[in-house]
Amino acid sequence: MSPVVAAEPDPHTARYFWGIQFEEFEYRYSDSDEEVASWDGDAFYGTDELKLRWLGKGEYGIDERAYETLENQLVLQTPISDFFDAKAGVRVDTPEGPDRTYGVLGIAGLAPYWFEIDASLYFGEGGQAMTELDVEYEWLLTNRWIVNMGLDATYAFSEDRAIGIGRGLSSTELGLRLSYDLIDRTLSPYVGVVHEKAYGDTRDLAREDAESTEEWYAVAGVRWMF
Amino acid sequence: MTVFRRLLAGLSTLVLPAYGLAAEYNLTVDRVTIDTGDFVKEGIGYNGASPGPVLRFKEGENVTINVTNNLDEMTSVHWHGLILPFTQDGVPGVSYPGIRPGETFTYQFPIVQSGTYWFHSHSGFQEPNGAYGAIVIEPRDADPVAFDREYVVQLTDKHPHDGDRIMRNLKMMPDYYNRQQLTVGDFVSEARDRGFWATMKDRMMWGDMRMMKADVEDVQGFTGLINGHGPAQNWTGLFRPGERVRLRFINSSAMTYFDVRIPGLTLTVVEADGNRVRPVPVDEFRIGVAETYDVIVEPRDDRAYTIFAESMGRSGYARGTLATRAGQTAPVPDRRPPSYLTMADMSGMPGMDHGDMGHGDMNHDDMGHGAAAMDHSEMAHGEMSHGNMAMDHADQASDDGAMDHGAMAHGEMNHGAASHEAMGHDQMAPMATADMSEHDAVPAGHAVGRHRAMAARTDDAAMSHAGTAPQGREHNPFYARGSGLTPEAANGGRFLSYADLRAAQPLYPERAPTREIELRLTGNMERYSWSINGVKFEDADPIRLQYGERVRFKFVNETMMTHPMHLHGMWSILDVGAGQWNPIKHVVSVQPGTTVYMETEVDAPGQWAFHCHLSYHAASGMFRKVVVEGGPDTAVGTTPVQGGDA
Repeated sequence: MSPVVAAEPDPHTARYFWGIQFEEFEYRYSDSDEEVASWDGDAFYGTDELKLRWLGKGEYGIDERAYETLENQLVLQTPISDFFDAKAGVRVDTPEGPDRTYGVLGIAGLAPYWFEIDASLYFGEGGQAMTELDVEYEWLLTNRWIVNMGLDATYAFSEDRAIGIGRGLSSTELGLRLSYDLIDRTLSPYVGVVHEKAYGDTRDLAREDAESTEEWYAVAGVRWMF
Repeated sequence: MTVFRRLLAGLSTLVLPAYGLAAEYNLTVDRVTIDTGDFVKEGIGYNGASPGPVLRFKEGENVTINVTNNLDEMTSVHWHGLILPFTQDGVPGVSYPGIRPGETFTYQFPIVQSGTYWFHSHSGFQEPNGAYGAIVIEPRDADPVAFDREYVVQLTDKHPHDGDRIMRNLKMMPDYYNRQQLTVGDFVSEARDRGFWATMKDRMMWGDMRMMKADVEDVQGFTGLINGHGPAQNWTGLFRPGERVRLRFINSSAMTYFDVRIPGLTLTVVEADGNRVRPVPVDEFRIGVAETYDVIVEPRDDRAYTIFAESMGRSGYARGTLATRAGQTAPVPDRRPPSYLTMADMSGMPGMDHGDMGHGDMNHDDMGHGAAAMDHSEMAHGEMSHGNMAMDHADQASDDGAMDHGAMAHGEMNHGAASHEAMGHDQMAPMATADMSEHDAVPAGHAVGRHRAMAARTDDAAMSHAGTAPQGREHNPFYARGSGLTPEAANGGRFLSYADLRAAQPLYPERAPTREIELRLTGNMERYSWSINGVKFEDADPIRLQYGERVRFKFVNETMMTHPMHLHGMWSILDVGAGQWNPIKHVVSVQPGTTVYMETEVDAPGQWAFHCHLSYHAASGMFRKVVVEGGPDTAVGTTPVQGGDA
């Protein structure tokens, strides 16, 4: 007969984890003198097998005192391979103008050659659908000076005129940021440039509304993680 | 002087609370302040300090240890390496429930062994936070190791972050603490040395696997301590010239392997993990996490000697001094350049096809040796060891049918290189002889055992790599051939290998194992998740052993990190190919890309822990419960079980 020891909560395995990270938390100044506060962050709680994750992105026009974009997603995320997770949840956009709610399906993980990939499919109430691909790559100048390159592209399968999205490749955002790890990985100030561009029907819609279709920004901010 | 008087003289100089054979000890578990000289932080200690006291037992005595928990959380004390009834082993959830805040738990057990051991908390991350101390057990009879003076040299890697924070950061970002990653500058200088495309191809190979050559030490940023003193605080042990000084090295680190040397002194290793070994004089040795090594040094000059313990990945170090008077110091060596993994360290991974890997790109430069040096050793290998290689081939062919002999790239040995002449055949001849004579000298079972150890799947990649020994030193079978982790002595001398260890006395009569249990050490660095056979502790069934059997464990390291595997309660007889003279240990380090065997006489009933001793690997799943079924009555209680083997 095997000996028995009083059952106790297993002390040997740390199971639940949480974290908060802002990849971008910055001030942007455009070539048309526009000032914007912008962020891209996420937080999670959970186990290796299942995490609840909040993802938030936004752009706040400092002159207009209005949110140009404001997205919040709540997803459940689970591993599907050694390097990739699948995620599913809901996205709510509440910027200036009409609100939108989408279902989210996506994958996130690390592709060969160290590209961080986050790809999502969004489907809205009115049958709208679009995909967004976010690719990040880091270059270590030293072990503390890091160049971060990011590409974010949105492709819409359907038109949503009310929020200015046309069918096809609608927009890209390309960023290049030089950061320095000031306190561990907790706080890393950076400077950089960001290029935003609208394409195709989306560009035409922007022109109709007398909005810019291409913009360069100088950015300064902090990457932080806790 | 009689041995006894010399012993007393030595002991009297120790900085110990009390020396005696008192069978009752008291320990409190307290919040303490730890000052490393680099930073000050709150931690956990024993009797008001970290490290805790050195507990001195005598073989044959029955000890009673009252542990009072002054924390506001559960605690536990595990007696690392001690053979005792499982209910006294101190692992919450396996041996007992743990010690509640305010509670005093009384441990009682007989001391059935001698040697150097240590104790530490087995609850959460209390051990990395400071809850550890040393144990010295005097033999029942006169100590066969003669010495005039002794010191405990307890190493640790004290980090400014506490354990929970480190674990969480690793989960968020597995390279959070890795500040030795290859940079753009490294790429440029490497490209200058070996060509742009060769460097590019190398980076692409690693990038394709999403692995980092820099994954040698995943928790950097620590200050190395000796007996609680940082390098600037310089722990010092005094000696008189001509004395034999016994140093009891204990690696109590959470995550760090140390390469230990004392420039100017030969270290004669006399004990490993508390068990006497045939003395091995070396210039340097690597001490795995949780291992202990006793060495004898004989400083003859009236001067100071630096004890220099450099971390395996070179990201940190501990430093102390042996001196003839307080305040005396010796130069502190510079750290060597960081170690990086090579493709050979990946060869344990399933699904890796070495044939595709472009060996031409991986060998020399990866190892960071000058091309000339490598030509030398490759030729040495080719010329000297064809006999051995033939045997290896046969062995490996049966071990791994998929091996691609074509990929062995004998062509890369550069036989035609000009340095062929220059390197000197006369140098090779004695080496070949040495190699052969060792084979001749060993007992009958040796050849087979040795090849078992060598089966190490260091395989095809290894073959073309021809070791890292620039002076033609013998390949170390406990590292993948061409491994970036293979240690070399800083002075070019002898570096201790597991293969050098021979038990001074066999502990058990030799017999064939009743069965073999294969344990693949697995994990995913990117998720910072570690496991055994792909299963984490929380999802795993216990390993069930039968009392009275002798089990052979086969460890296959499929990860890119080194794992110090620790079985509680029973000895781990490491197979170095020496049959009954195989060394007896409590921790067996398994290097990346290797397979290592150990055997265990299952002579301790009950429930035991078995785990990787890297704190954050154990906590994220590289842990198992071992249940020994059958045997003498194993009712739960604190009654000491008399006798036992040691």
